[in-house]
Amino acid sequence: MKKTLGLFAAGAVALAMTACSGGATPAEPGAAGGAPNKPLDQLVVGFAQVGAESGWRTANTKDIQESFKTAGIQLKFSDAQQKQENQISAIRSYIQQGVDYIAFSPVVQTGWDAVLQEAKTANIPVILTDRAVDSKDTSLYVTFLGSDFVAEGKKAGEWVTNEYKDAKEQVSIVQLEGTTGSAPAIDRATGFADVIKANPNLKVVASQTGDFTRAGGKQVMEAMLKSQPKIDLVYAHNDDMGLGAIEAIEAAGKVPGKDIKIVTVDAVHDGMVALTEGKINFIVECSPLLGAQLIDVIKKLNAGEKVEARIVTNEGTFTQEQAKEALPNRKY
Amino acid sequence: MNLVYKALGHRLFWPLAMLVVLLAVNVIAVPGFLSITVNSEGHLFGSLIDIVRNGAPTLIIAVGMTLVIATRGIDLSVGSMCAIAGALACSIILASPTPNDVGTVTVAVLLSLALALVLGVWNGFLVAVLGIQPIIATLILMTAGRGIAMLITEGQILTVNSAPFKFIGSGFLAGIPVATIVAAVVLALVALLTRRTALGMLIESVGINPEASRQAGVRARGLLFTVYALSAVLAAVAGLILTSNQTAADSNNTGWLIELDAILAVVLGGTSLNGGRYSLTGTLVGALVIQTLITTVYTVGIPPIATMVFKAAVVVAVTLLQSSRVSSALARRRSRGRRAETVGSAAEAVAR
Repeated sequence: MKKTLGLFAAGAVALAMTACSGGATPAEPGAAGGAPNKPLDQLVVGFAQVGAESGWRTANTKDIQESFKTAGIQLKFSDAQQKQENQISAIRSYIQQGVDYIAFSPVVQTGWDAVLQEAKTANIPVILTDRAVDSKDTSLYVTFLGSDFVAEGKKAGEWVTNEYKDAKEQVSIVQLEGTTGSAPAIDRATGFADVIKANPNLKVVASQTGDFTRAGGKQVMEAMLKSQPKIDLVYAHNDDMGLGAIEAIEAAGKVPGKDIKIVTVDAVHDGMVALTEGKINFIVECSPLLGAQLIDVIKKLNAGEKVEARIVTNEGTFTQEQAKEALPNRKY
Repeated sequence: MNLVYKALGHRLFWPLAMLVVLLAVNVIAVPGFLSITVNSEGHLFGSLIDIVRNGAPTLIIAVGMTLVIATRGIDLSVGSMCAIAGALACSIILASPTPNDVGTVTVAVLLSLALALVLGVWNGFLVAVLGIQPIIATLILMTAGRGIAMLITEGQILTVNSAPFKFIGSGFLAGIPVATIVAAVVLALVALLTRRTALGMLIESVGINPEASRQAGVRARGLLFTVYALSAVLAAVAGLILTSNQTAADSNNTGWLIELDAILAVVLGGTSLNGGRYSLTGTLVGALVIQTLITTVYTVGIPPIATMVFKAAVVVAVTLLQSSRVSSALARRRSRGRRAETVGSAAEAVAR
């Protein structure tokens, strides 16, 4: 019992000491935007990741962790395993720990107002990465750093429109959607639909969620191959579902990339390999490498500068020929 | 007429009826739904084949779950066990210089099953020796298990390109999916082992009254160890099939919520959660209903946002029809004819 008490006492002293060193920093506590101009090695950033649902996400996690290491900024990282409640509790714990900045990729678009309000009250600036939230109050976060999913859907749609510009009869398209309710699933579907409606021959005959996973894509595609009399093209909201669809198409005795064309979004390594092998026809890039840009934002905020409310990551598209050139130099 | 009542009273009547209804819905939506063809590679091909292949992991887990539930227990850790087995097998194959070697894959599979056996014995120890309630005992591994899997994979999704490993989940043997064969063998072995020997009866006796069976000389402790170890190993088998099918170990998603599907399959099959009498045939029907339900969603094209509600509605319908109160109310209504007050009381019974 004595020992435990001793431990408690030691803990209390340690706590008091950290509190002292915290108070010693010159910045006025509680100033808007945290404590500006803190030395970088004293900054603590909490990052609430969605999960590790795909190769894309894994590359994203790695890049962020490495960028923080290089910049010498302390990173507290959590994995929400694709569940909003986990992510909310991770953000709450960051607020309680009094981190300087919080960055996160929201699992779904809605339901964030309360927890973001708590962060705002605690004067912790929030940076959204990769996915947006659907909130009327834009003061709840400083910036949204990430891809423009609607633009990605449009790029996919433009390739399809161009590919089938001479088509005389209906082109049957099936869509493998991302996680229901997630921003990339909604926006990639919207962007795609906006572009292909220009050509009445292009028709999405079936659309189901494959939850961004390979197994999901495979199982949905298996069923669609049997329920749809004719499928000309698969539009998958990410590479992993496209790769699952390839397996299902091959099992059905058809040739992916020829009998059924495949367009996906992401450009992760496995997807790019399938593209060079001719099993996928076109990939719209959605770059996960936003660690450096995130560090930039944090440095700017720390220096008291303003940042744009919307920062788009740099990304392009790949045809089969372009993929052959780009593949050896890809980081993920 | 008597035969009709007998059929209606059979505990598998409603799940089987639901299976037929679901298949009928599919046939209406897609007339060729029931057709099975042989594709160019000599593999059987068709929606029914997809159902028995994709449903195999759920069935394998549900078989183990049936025995656990028969002892009045429950095993919530099976989903995590799937993730652990897949993670270990994939990391072994990836670390090996010869991923395409059958020997490498055999070693990976055996080690995964061995790890599952150890974890299953741990579950059995918590329940049988420490006397912790099964739902709590297995909850420990359910939550910790995915963490263990994450540790093994270092938080990554491990993609493996190994032909022998891919064979387990996506391969075909004599035209039949390997996963289906594995599930059939598991079901047959467990049925033989428990029904041709006294083992099944002993398991049931532990579930009905542990104290009485102990006094009658049944070694309940050993039996509990056995069922939890078996459940864990079967979960690992299912996990390997799932992992092989997607050629990647995904610690977060592999076997996610499969414990609930397995429990549902057992319950739909007429085995009571209170332990005692169990039915492996019922579990088979239950697992088929669940997989057919999933396939129906994709085939009929139910919008993704309504999927969960649709599944719930089917499950509620089957469980309501199976419940003894509802069925006795319906029987009363049938036997007393068309008298209005009976209908009223039947409705009352349902409401109650």
